[in-house]
Amino acid sequence: MRKLAIVALVLAGGLIWAAIVWIMVRPGALTGTSRVVNATTQVIERGEYLARVGDCIACHTAPGGTPFSGGRAMPTPFGNLYASNITPDDETGIGQWTADDFYRMMQKGLARDGSLLYPAMPFAAYTKVTREDSDAIYAYLMSVAPARQKNRPHELRFPFNKRELLIGWRTLYFKEGEYVPDPKQSAQWNRGAYLVEGLGHCSMCHTAINRLGGSSEEQAFEGGMIPNQNWYAPSLTSNQEGGLGNWSVKDIADLLQVGVSHRATVYGPMAEVTYNSLQYLTDEDAAAMAVYLKSLAPGDAPPAVTSTQRLTQPAVLEMGRKVYLEQCVMCHGNEGKGFPPAYPPLAGNPSITMATPVNPIRMVLNGGYPPGTRKNPRPHGMPPFLHILSDDEVAAVVTYIRVAWGNAGAPVTPPQVNELRKLLPE
Amino acid sequence: MTRAKNPFSFLVYAAGAVVTGAWLVAAAQPLAQNAAIPAFKTLDSIEARVQGCTTCHGQSGQGTKNDYFPRIAGKPAGYLYNQLVAFRDGKRRYAPMNYLVAYLPDAYLREIAEHYAKQRPAFMLHETVPADPASLERGQTLARTGDPKKGIPACISCHGANLTGMEPGVPGLVGLRPNYIAAQLVRWRVGERVAADPDCMKRIATRLTDADVGALAAWLARQKPPADALPESSDVARMPLACGSQR
Repeated sequence: MRKLAIVALVLAGGLIWAAIVWIMVRPGALTGTSRVVNATTQVIERGEYLARVGDCIACHTAPGGTPFSGGRAMPTPFGNLYASNITPDDETGIGQWTADDFYRMMQKGLARDGSLLYPAMPFAAYTKVTREDSDAIYAYLMSVAPARQKNRPHELRFPFNKRELLIGWRTLYFKEGEYVPDPKQSAQWNRGAYLVEGLGHCSMCHTAINRLGGSSEEQAFEGGMIPNQNWYAPSLTSNQEGGLGNWSVKDIADLLQVGVSHRATVYGPMAEVTYNSLQYLTDEDAAAMAVYLKSLAPGDAPPAVTSTQRLTQPAVLEMGRKVYLEQCVMCHGNEGKGFPPAYPPLAGNPSITMATPVNPIRMVLNGGYPPGTRKNPRPHGMPPFLHILSDDEVAAVVTYIRVAWGNAGAPVTPPQVNELRKLLPE
Repeated sequence: MTRAKNPFSFLVYAAGAVVTGAWLVAAAQPLAQNAAIPAFKTLDSIEARVQGCTTCHGQSGQGTKNDYFPRIAGKPAGYLYNQLVAFRDGKRRYAPMNYLVAYLPDAYLREIAEHYAKQRPAFMLHETVPADPASLERGQTLARTGDPKKGIPACISCHGANLTGMEPGVPGLVGLRPNYIAAQLVRWRVGERVAADPDCMKRIATRLTDADVGALAAWLARQKPPADALPESSDVARMPLACGSQR
């Protein structure tokens, strides 16, 4: 116990010391003349495309608000953050920022005055973006209509409201630097890696976030619960979850860009990403991301759970089968094959069998529509069943689809369903 | 998303408590429940695409036995479209709907609205709230002639002589449950439900007392749907207030 206290003291002391050093040496605003971006129509259009790939609009726009004018609440375990106004308004937006200011923000996570940004802004990913791409995004943002809207102060609990302490977070979790292509890989793979690790900031959800709000490099893309949204972002490295090692490049690219594929469909937070961002990918970029994502997962697939864990009570299975035949069979078929891409298959769909059953339970409770995209503007939807099925029935039917047709998932329990039933769908 | 505490929610709960025992009429119709189970004939059809709506609103938008989900069949397409857009953009708040339509584009929402506007399923019988004769009379007066002294126009002046609505943006009121009607009026009054400016329903709802809301819900829910539930055609000149949703 005493040992622990000493460790804690040393840690706290170190953090305070780091914060003091930071305060003494922190960079202020940039001085001198900035590089001037030649904002041709072509550059602005490229910037618009890249801003979409980076999905700036999703966080920097309040529901029903002017695009990029900020104000959207970002609930975090540490309190609410409010995204800033990034329209070129001189007083309330980034109208006075230079291209250098913007690049420093992307690369180092520093605001114009040199203060530290909270890592809800994915600068740990954006640091990989090239100067040229940063300049194009800057040119595009400077071209949108300025909106006068003051930034709303964050509502973080002590001590998280002390920005200086972010120096600790940065030491642990932030590695600055542009993407370095891997010469052993193809140009297409490198393009995909650049987009996935950089602007796409996929790791923000698909790498587990720990209690300090950081994600470690060793666990990159291994999946995690999305804080405050209660959806599980599957691992991209395990074929048992969202791992795409066995998928065709076409199916992966479709999932990202179209929102539906012959293997699975996006819902929840990923539907938002496809709607706001990935649907605008060029076919080449979608394929590049797919090639890179496919390479993250090894091809072999040992069973996720042991046969003991998969043991299911016959009565539960029978109840699940009954519910399935009554409510689900119309769209997902007798053999769970679905009618892809309209209705996704359940057999062999890793989203159904993942160790964490949150996503399939939520889908049964709340239903869902894939995003309406340029290539699939009229998606087929699934209705909610929370007002029709009891906790026992939902648990039974989710258990059934996790073990039927050769699926290798573990059963779920009524209390697991009940926990999720209490949440508002989002 | 936070749920604002609704100071008038007691009304809704009260209405709910009263009808709990009384909904057997709807349950007596086997059609009601089967029609809420997903079913379609052709995969590439609007019918198959809107299966996401069926467990609450029924296969043809007739509603289900649940005492809150409204009938949407036959309401004017403009009204349904406005609601879908408002749900998507968070201007009308009901978490299950906000979630479902969050990422659907305008053109598709328009198609869904037009699909349900064309449906003509039979009206479901549903429960009524017990109400004393004086209250029912007050409800009828408000609906048929309004209360000029309080600046409340008659419901029928916009919602149609048969309460079947008016193109393009005024919904029909027949076939709705008392709970749903009371809840919408209360939500309008407290500012939780809004329509396009000028928001005529807000002006009206804020002039209604709690007793008025209860009387209207009770009387409206007792009205027999006409054989032809077509909304009336647009007639802005006849409307007593300017309504943004009729533009």
